[in-house]
Amino acid sequence: MATETTEAAAGHGADAAASAPGMPQLDFSNWGNQIFWLLVTLVVIYFVLSRIALPRIAAVLAERQGTITNDLAKAEELKRQAVEAEEAYNQALADARAEAQNIIAEAKAEITAELADATAKADAEIAAKAAESEKAIAEIRASAMENVVIVAKDTAAEIVSALGGKADAKTIDAAVAERTKG
Amino acid sequence: MATEAHGAEEGGLVFHPMDQFIVKPLLGGDAVHWYTITNVTLWLFLAVIAVVVLLVVGTSRRAVVPSRSQSIGELAYGFVYKMVEDVAGKDAVGFFPYIMTLFMFIVCANFLGLIPMSFTTTSHFAVTVVLALLVFVTVTVLGFVKNGTKFLGLFWVSSAPLALRPILAVIELISYFVRPVSHSIRLAGNVMAGHAVIKVFAGFAAIAVISPVSVLAITAMYGLEVLVSFIQAYVFTILTCVYLKDALHPSH
Repeated sequence: MATETTEAAAGHGADAAASAPGMPQLDFSNWGNQIFWLLVTLVVIYFVLSRIALPRIAAVLAERQGTITNDLAKAEELKRQAVEAEEAYNQALADARAEAQNIIAEAKAEITAELADATAKADAEIAAKAAESEKAIAEIRASAMENVVIVAKDTAAEIVSALGGKADAKTIDAAVAERTKG
Repeated sequence: MATEAHGAEEGGLVFHPMDQFIVKPLLGGDAVHWYTITNVTLWLFLAVIAVVVLLVVGTSRRAVVPSRSQSIGELAYGFVYKMVEDVAGKDAVGFFPYIMTLFMFIVCANFLGLIPMSFTTTSHFAVTVVLALLVFVTVTVLGFVKNGTKFLGLFWVSSAPLALRPILAVIELISYFVRPVSHSIRLAGNVMAGHAVIKVFAGFAAIAVISPVSVLAITAMYGLEVLVSFIQAYVFTILTCVYLKDALHPSH
């Protein structure tokens, strides 16, 4: 590689060979050439960049930013909808639960009322029957007392006659009435 | 091969590290007039082609989901745009195409220069001095147009004690005029030095015993040069942005 460049330099002429030991950068004879072509290069790059490349890249970046922003907004919207749906679902669930509670409470109240009704009826029936029975018992007792008095009078008259006495009805009645009074 | 190398060694190793920078006409003839098509012209033209391929052909599909080449174009765009915005300020965005031109040209020229047997246009002071002077003139004119005489406040450090200010003004003035010098020599010097060192190592490769080391060293240098190619373009561009900021907001 080194020899190749040496040859190139050697074949280049005396002035190049003379400048070889020094710095080619300080050979001012070709500065005009370099500066001219550099300026051409810079102007071309500047126009290519400012007219074509940079606006295009800026547009692409802006478009991408827009797309990202849109997508984010869309995602936000979808998220909001999902939250809304969840809220609606929870609301429906709560409503259904409340309704169920209502129904249960109503049923319970109805049953309680029916039960109270039935109980009252039964109580009344029982009371009626008890009263009837008591009446019957009282009648029986009253008739029994009467019978007792009759039996006692008969018995007393028999006993007195058996003992040989003669008892009139009035005395016996008085005596039985006195004894059974207690 | 070995005898040849030894023959070269007898006459002293032949190093021509600077020959790669010689400007020569491409189409025959010896004279280099201002219009002559030289190797400089060729590699400047290739740099233009590279820029066009990267930023115009690569983005031609305008895809919302970018291809690889479009990604590179967008990456370069975003990189320089953010640099201009962050360093020079929002009002310097108008200069973005100009700064993008500088950056893309330097990056492409530097990387094209890394192709073996190529000619590195950015290793020439003629090129970098013009680039730096363009920036210098732009910044100076812009500074006076935007701020009038207030632009001179750049040299009058109002935060320093009054007695020191004239001295500081002289220093600031000198440093201001040294800007284009350092700006241009930094770029050309870095590129030139790296390429020359690679050539020197290549010269050593003529000795059979040393050649493996030499090849390794060339490889390492090449890697470093790839880094330098990008970093120098970046440095040139960011300094341009800094100078631009000074022109737009001269207060310290």
